Amino acid sequence: MENFLNALVLFTNFVVIPATTYGAQLALGALGVTLIYTVLRFSNFAHGDLMAFGTMLTIMVTWGLQALGIGIAPLPTALLALPVGMIGATALALLTDRWVFAFYRHRRADPVIFVIASVGVMFVYNAITRFFIGVGDQRFEDGARFVIRVPDFRAMTGLREGLALRTSQVLTVVVMALAVAFVFWFLNRTRTGKSMRAYSDNEDLALLSGISPGHVVRVTWVLAACLATLAGVLYGLDKSFNPFVYFQLLLPIFASAIVGGIGQPVGAVVGGFVVAFSEVTLTYAYKGVLTYLLPEGMAPEGLVQLLGTDYKFAVSFVILVIVLLVRPTGIFRGKVV
Amino acid sequence: MTGAARVLALYAVMAALILLVGLLQSWTVALAILQLSLISAIMSLGANIQWGYAGLFNAGVMGFAALGGVAGVLVAMPPVAGALAAGGLDLGLAILTVLATAALILFLRPRLPDLIRTPATLVLAFLGYLAMRRFLDPASAAIGSATGAQGYMGGLGLPILIAWPVGGLFAAGAAWLVGKVALGLRSDYLAIATLGIAEIILAVLKNENWLTRGVKNVTGIPRPVPDEIVLQQQPWVIDLAARFGSDPVMTAAVVSRLWYAVLFAIVLAILLWLSERALRSPWGRMMRAIRDNRDAAEAMGKDVTRRHLRVFVLGSAVVGIAGAMLVTLDGQFTPASYNPLRYTFLIWVMVIVGGSGNNWGAVLGGFLIWYVWVVAEPIGNWLTAHLAALASPGGWWDSHLRAAAPHFRPLLMGLILLVTLRFAPRGLIPEARGR
Amino acid sequence: MSFLSARAMTGGYGATDILHGCAIAVERGEIAVIVGPNGAGKSTAMKAIFGMLRLREGEVRLDGEPITALSPQERVRRGMGFVPQVNNVFASMSVAENLEMGAFIREDDYSETMEQVFSLFPILYEKRAQAAGELSGGQRQQVAVGRALMTRPKLLMLDEPTAGVSPIVMDELFDKIIEIARTGISILMVEQNARQALNIADKGYVLVQGRNRYTDTGEALLADPEVRRTFLGG
Repeated sequence: MENFLNALVLFTNFVVIPATTYGAQLALGALGVTLIYTVLRFSNFAHGDLMAFGTMLTIMVTWGLQALGIGIAPLPTALLALPVGMIGATALALLTDRWVFAFYRHRRADPVIFVIASVGVMFVYNAITRFFIGVGDQRFEDGARFVIRVPDFRAMTGLREGLALRTSQVLTVVVMALAVAFVFWFLNRTRTGKSMRAYSDNEDLALLSGISPGHVVRVTWVLAACLATLAGVLYGLDKSFNPFVYFQLLLPIFASAIVGGIGQPVGAVVGGFVVAFSEVTLTYAYKGVLTYLLPEGMAPEGLVQLLGTDYKFAVSFVILVIVLLVRPTGIFRGKVV
Repeated sequence: MTGAARVLALYAVMAALILLVGLLQSWTVALAILQLSLISAIMSLGANIQWGYAGLFNAGVMGFAALGGVAGVLVAMPPVAGALAAGGLDLGLAILTVLATAALILFLRPRLPDLIRTPATLVLAFLGYLAMRRFLDPASAAIGSATGAQGYMGGLGLPILIAWPVGGLFAAGAAWLVGKVALGLRSDYLAIATLGIAEIILAVLKNENWLTRGVKNVTGIPRPVPDEIVLQQQPWVIDLAARFGSDPVMTAAVVSRLWYAVLFAIVLAILLWLSERALRSPWGRMMRAIRDNRDAAEAMGKDVTRRHLRVFVLGSAVVGIAGAMLVTLDGQFTPASYNPLRYTFLIWVMVIVGGSGNNWGAVLGGFLIWYVWVVAEPIGNWLTAHLAALASPGGWWDSHLRAAAPHFRPLLMGLILLVTLRFAPRGLIPEARGR
Repeated sequence: MSFLSARAMTGGYGATDILHGCAIAVERGEIAVIVGPNGAGKSTAMKAIFGMLRLREGEVRLDGEPITALSPQERVRRGMGFVPQVNNVFASMSVAENLEMGAFIREDDYSETMEQVFSLFPILYEKRAQAAGELSGGQRQQVAVGRALMTRPKLLMLDEPTAGVSPIVMDELFDKIIEIARTGISILMVEQNARQALNIADKGYVLVQGRNRYTDTGEALLADPEVRRTFLGG
């Protein structure tokens, strides 16, 4: 029994908790991607760099606040700086839309033209972010780092294995739940949210009904930019901030959106957790867990790791491939064409 | 200006720009730009075959270029003693396992009932993967320990020029796999899938030490051109140096670079000729017809997805060839140096700026954008230095600005792409319609 | 002057004109029907009146006011409602949300209008929480008409409302349209089912190649042997 509990604690500590946190971060990113997709009908390659930009602003303000000695301990100061990052990212996204995407929207350009334009936007965001904060890793977590510490947990339970729960992890899940609840409430209960869904469903009829496309598009960018910043800041608190890593997050985020059914907000959230849990469970080395569970003498020699952590992108890709092969519309039947 | 005159004028301007570097700075620098321009032009040609002929957006150019680079290592590097004896058997078994699994899946799929086809495929693929790992892991470890500091298999020790077509084949194979899955769905999906495959290819190259030494890099890849040190002592080089009033060291460097450039130019010329012929052939016309009106082409009974697959594979192969050439030029394979901005998205800027669907445009784009990429660095330094001078020297802002100079490059490239797409979407040399 | 009066409409999509001096007029509370062979420009005339097609010549007036230069959205604000032939509902949204979106431009309380729509189409009330895309063809048309009614239009324009529905459903829809007209709303519709449509029409327009061929009351057109022979199949 104790062996089983130890295995469970080990598994929770190294798989369940990290995957839940990571899943929440991906879900927020994918929700933004899917909103852009439903309303503007293209996959935004600049989303990772938009995340990086919003996070960069938040970090800058966090540093400023820390220097002034302003904080909200035990919560991280970044939470206080978050609104600035969101507003900045929103402003950048709205400017980008006005200067870049609006033109193609009015000409009803092919989606792939939007994708290429978003590549140009990605370059520019990339340069702006790095201009301010450089290319290196940045850590900006402060406040109480842990909710549960490993030694406390051991003392509490008397088990050999410990369990740690970091503030940032709890925060990520809570903030994600609030943000997702807000987005769903907004889309399903408010007039503006419903008009976004109407516009995405049937653009011509939305125009006939007097829904202003400009307004819908602006609201969409505001939501996407805020969600991107939120995802970026939470990811940065949990791990660390690095502009290139944020660009690379594009792949799991896209995979999440497509797995869930692109254009389906519920799908984006579920997809985020599917991708995160697949990634973590496949790249975790099960040696420790199996040693507890298997009878003595049968403990595995190797790490029992299905895939090296360096190959975590392969997991997103394989999930993507399976979805494309098996059910291109995704779990919640999104739009494909 | 008529089409041909415009093309000629633009190419003349490009030549003048490179000559200017030679006259004002140094001929070795000018030739270095020329060399990479030629390789860039080939990559751009490959991407243009996919985008210009068929409207396919390949966001994984980097991966295909890197696969070409692997070909350089596997073909030209000498075999490492003891590697084959240590891990050869297991490695062979691992490859056999993969092939057997693939064959089994291909054999069983049509014979299985619909309901369990996909789950069975996935289970088989997973079991195949486990079996492959069962052989690959010991092979990798054995090769690592048997070869000491080398730590990898090495290659076949063949002439490096053979690696160029082989690089194309490697890239073509990967492209076939990706295309099979992602083509036929919406255009964004191909972009996302190719973005993914490029990351995976790079992850493999960085981590599979037995194959490519991973991040330890493979250096000293044999050259197709005599070494500069050897050239310096050749009587004809010394003679040439005397005639131009230059020293043999300088002359040897120029000769060596020219030699590379000529080799690259030959490949570019062949590929350009083939691409032009293909574009003007009935096949090329059909491809563009499909691109411009997919529904009509499908209604006429054309299997669009299959034709797209062919174009995608061909374009990727061209990128793979260029990737092998790049490694040849560098003389080393450094997996960590591949980054998507430089190797995927920069190529896209080349295609869009040069002229989508026009091979001469894509080649010009390759030259021009590479040139701009190179000169953007000094311009960025100059700009930031001047901006920094406005602030207090030696202060935080000053040092920050100087550190930020490299980011001028992506900014410039992004702006060039956006401006071109908006104001000259057909590029410098637009596609000729209705040929 | 008629409530809606479109005069000498000439225009088309590209270089070639589809309409050649076509004229349509509808009085208050009247049902007017446009019929004619395929390619006669029926839907085009409708789109021109609604502002989805730029006219080269001619003029459209609503309640005496010239509206030729207005966009469709502005015409909706002036009291025109339009039900397109296809894609005329928000398929992924519930029936109630469809009606709500119909009332998007209204700043006042529209719950009364919604109740009126529900009393006109009781089935919609039953299915108010269901996605419009899951409804049958006839019910979907009701949603489409209901959506257009939410702005309380003075003129309701219907582009082939009975296309693809069964004869029973068609009769039902026509009954509803008569009911709507009785509340004082003018109706202008294009119909393929010419005979049945002219039956309920106060006025009928027969268009041929973008020109008015016959204009009369529905009854008179149905009685005209020439019209019967050429356009109504005997």
